[in-house]
Amino acid sequence: MAALLGSALKAGRFARAGVRLFCTNNAATPKITTHWSVLPRDKDSRWSDVDMERVSDEVDVCIVGAGPAGLSAAIRLKQLAQQQDKELRVLVLEKATEVGLHTLSGACLEPHALDELIPDWKDRGAPMHTPVTEDRFNLLTEKYKIPLPILPGLPMHNSGNYVVRLGNFVRWLGEQAEELEVEVYPGCPVTEVLYHEDGSVKGVATSDVGIGKDGAPKDSFERGMEFHSKVVIFAEGCHGHLAKQLYKNLDLRKNCEPQTYAIGLKELWEVDPAQHKPGKVEHTVGWPLDRMTYGGSFIYHLGEGEPLVAVGYVLGLDYSNPYISPFKEFQRWKHHPAVKPTFEGGKRIAYGARALNEGGFQSIPQLAFPGGCLIGCSPGFMNVPKIKGTHNAMKSGMICAEAIFDKLTDENLQSETQGVFVDDYEQRMKDSWVWKEIKSVRNVRPSFHSPLGLYGTLLYTGVFYYLFRGKEPWTFSHGGADYKRLKPASECTPIEYPKPDNKISFDLLSSVALSGTNHEGDQPAHLTLMNDEVPVNQNLGIYDGPEQRFCPAGVYEYVPMEDGKTMRLQINAQNCVHCKTCDIKDPSQNINWVTPEAGGGPAYNGM
Amino acid sequence: MWPIFDYGRFVSIISSSDVYGVVWMRSLAQLHKMANLRVLVGVKRVIDYAVKIRVKPDNSGVVTDGVKHSMNPFCEIAMEEAVRLKEKKLAKEIIAVSCGPAQAQETIRTALAMGADRGIHVEVTGKEYENMTPLHVSKIMAKLAQDQEANLVILGKQSIDGDNNQTGQMTAALLDWPQATFASEVTKENDHLKVVREIDGGLETVKVTLPAVITADLRLNEPRYATLPNIMKAKKKKIAKHKAADFGVDLTPTLEVVGVEDPPVRQAGQKVESTEELVAKLKDSGVV
Repeated sequence: MAALLGSALKAGRFARAGVRLFCTNNAATPKITTHWSVLPRDKDSRWSDVDMERVSDEVDVCIVGAGPAGLSAAIRLKQLAQQQDKELRVLVLEKATEVGLHTLSGACLEPHALDELIPDWKDRGAPMHTPVTEDRFNLLTEKYKIPLPILPGLPMHNSGNYVVRLGNFVRWLGEQAEELEVEVYPGCPVTEVLYHEDGSVKGVATSDVGIGKDGAPKDSFERGMEFHSKVVIFAEGCHGHLAKQLYKNLDLRKNCEPQTYAIGLKELWEVDPAQHKPGKVEHTVGWPLDRMTYGGSFIYHLGEGEPLVAVGYVLGLDYSNPYISPFKEFQRWKHHPAVKPTFEGGKRIAYGARALNEGGFQSIPQLAFPGGCLIGCSPGFMNVPKIKGTHNAMKSGMICAEAIFDKLTDENLQSETQGVFVDDYEQRMKDSWVWKEIKSVRNVRPSFHSPLGLYGTLLYTGVFYYLFRGKEPWTFSHGGADYKRLKPASECTPIEYPKPDNKISFDLLSSVALSGTNHEGDQPAHLTLMNDEVPVNQNLGIYDGPEQRFCPAGVYEYVPMEDGKTMRLQINAQNCVHCKTCDIKDPSQNINWVTPEAGGGPAYNGM
Repeated sequence: MWPIFDYGRFVSIISSSDVYGVVWMRSLAQLHKMANLRVLVGVKRVIDYAVKIRVKPDNSGVVTDGVKHSMNPFCEIAMEEAVRLKEKKLAKEIIAVSCGPAQAQETIRTALAMGADRGIHVEVTGKEYENMTPLHVSKIMAKLAQDQEANLVILGKQSIDGDNNQTGQMTAALLDWPQATFASEVTKENDHLKVVREIDGGLETVKVTLPAVITADLRLNEPRYATLPNIMKAKKKKIAKHKAADFGVDLTPTLEVVGVEDPPVRQAGQKVESTEELVAKLKDSGVV
């Protein structure tokens, strides 16, 4: 108790009233976390008679994550194996029960990597039906919109790109992979990284099933399965939980800055056909955010027959006011007079959210280590001013596959460790167009951290980027991790958000219902807390519980206990849409997101 | 019934005494019949229960393209019961059947991963699939039960998309077999099955002779997970492909769906300050 108070004092202004009202003593805090990753089972008497043996299987390359990066790597590996007549067993493990079900993105796809991977994508029926025909960039004030010019050469110039439903694109990529005899196993979340004795990565293990909410085994308990491979490719997407463990265990981030993130919320609307302009791409910045909060919106008109519009809001997670609710900012932005007409008379048919990586060049960790590689949005190659990362993710998967293939088919390979160290993957990335691209835009996002805020970034992009294309000799720093940026609630003003009108804007729970998310109720919550006492004492006491606001699915709620005075944290794990924002933005870094039991998560349809 | 210890002892008993031998052979034959249950299980691919359904703009049906699908929960329970019968050595073989488009094979694969021995996919696509009704399915199931020499058919009580609750009953009628629907417990007793049924008034216990049709209700069991090692093993199990015509079933629609609509939007309630106001409002609306 004293230690917690001490750290609260160190955190800045001491919310005395908050501490008095909300602090609980050890005995009163109800137990929240029952997950085995926090409470090991070998010390738990309920598990003493359970056989913990796992079936194992050998593969050449095991890929965790069937997203654009993971599938591109799988496809490339099999293409090379076919070309050079070599046998290679490639396995992809995906937590969603169908490929594409957990995929969420804007998205405006640059076909650069796809043209290299599958040049005849059009004949093969890739779902890329909407070339970009119109490109708009607007600065919004409370009532007006100011169009900003998009000159060719500026990163957000979109000619040659396609508006896609990324979930459908990923599903198509999955079919291409299966045609090449890649073994894709959806519905298999990976919970553990396995190591050899020499410290190199040996393989992975999939999730156990049949553990009750209290952490005890149920009748249906079955152990997960192990896959041993020469190399494991980690393609979990933004802020993967296995990557988080790897960064810590293998110290992969010692030479780079901490990753910085944003949260992206997205809706799919069936609009009035009069408002539908297939191929139109619009981005806005400005209102409703102040100049010191990074964020903006996208409106992409799809041209696939139905009058569908993909709309979303991205908010940088380096915001400092704990009263900000990204979901409510999104909802109120839709009421802007320049935005509202598009959605009037329309019907919202889908909702979802996901964190994005914004650190770019400064935040790239060590990409390869003995037995494993990191690809895609997991290490993070998103081009922030372009607002695109899929093409870079795919290319990183392809480069990794090429490096691995050359390593594994090298007859003279003398590996020092049992897990193969693909040391030239990182060098190949540095020689690729991905590196050139993200290096050229490295200063745009950090240029936000000046007193000019948004205007500084616009100026910087317009002047320095346009003139120097990233060749300027300086590199700005991001200034530290996102979770450290929150100011105590006492220093900030609460925000009055307007009530949703249920025509254009909506409440959180009906939105979560549209994501189709669900989890088996009788399992330990997969949002695990390292310390059950910290939320009420620190998060609520100092920051007024920001997780109640930044979670786009209503997972976290502070509710009063029976005595009516003390509060407790309630975790509604079933609502989780796997966005990873809580793991990123929790100021106490107490929340550790792990994969739930197989079968859980959102059910996005072409998001 | 002669109790069973080991076959060697029985053989010696049979050879030492002809009378006992005859009795024994008959009960052995009955036991043989019990242990040789060939179970046909129907599994349907439906939209996942947690997904929010959307009506098509032309009101002809619901959107299914790209929507998450999974095995009908009651079919999972039916499948689990069949696997338990096999584990108790009462069933010899389990055949999983699904009628639908190519993706129905995924549902059959899940059934194979749960413990079915082989699968049968009756391919029905497009408009024929949209217009397929329990009558069509039960005709196919009945023919299959005869062709495959099944002596037990287990189905889910209803599917969560059609909610018809007809297929099991129709199948039994077509086969002229006894039926035990809404089963919450199934036990074998001598040469018949004792089934506890969930009915409106409580629980009803019936005795059905074999062959029979059972439909599974919610509390019959908790289905096991189809785990990865089993999914991988299931890839080697066979799925036979057929068309409805192979069973002499004509899929001409017998029903026409006129329209599908969203339920009406719930009207906001009204708050009243006093009982008099409530009575006045009730009178105004003509309710009282």
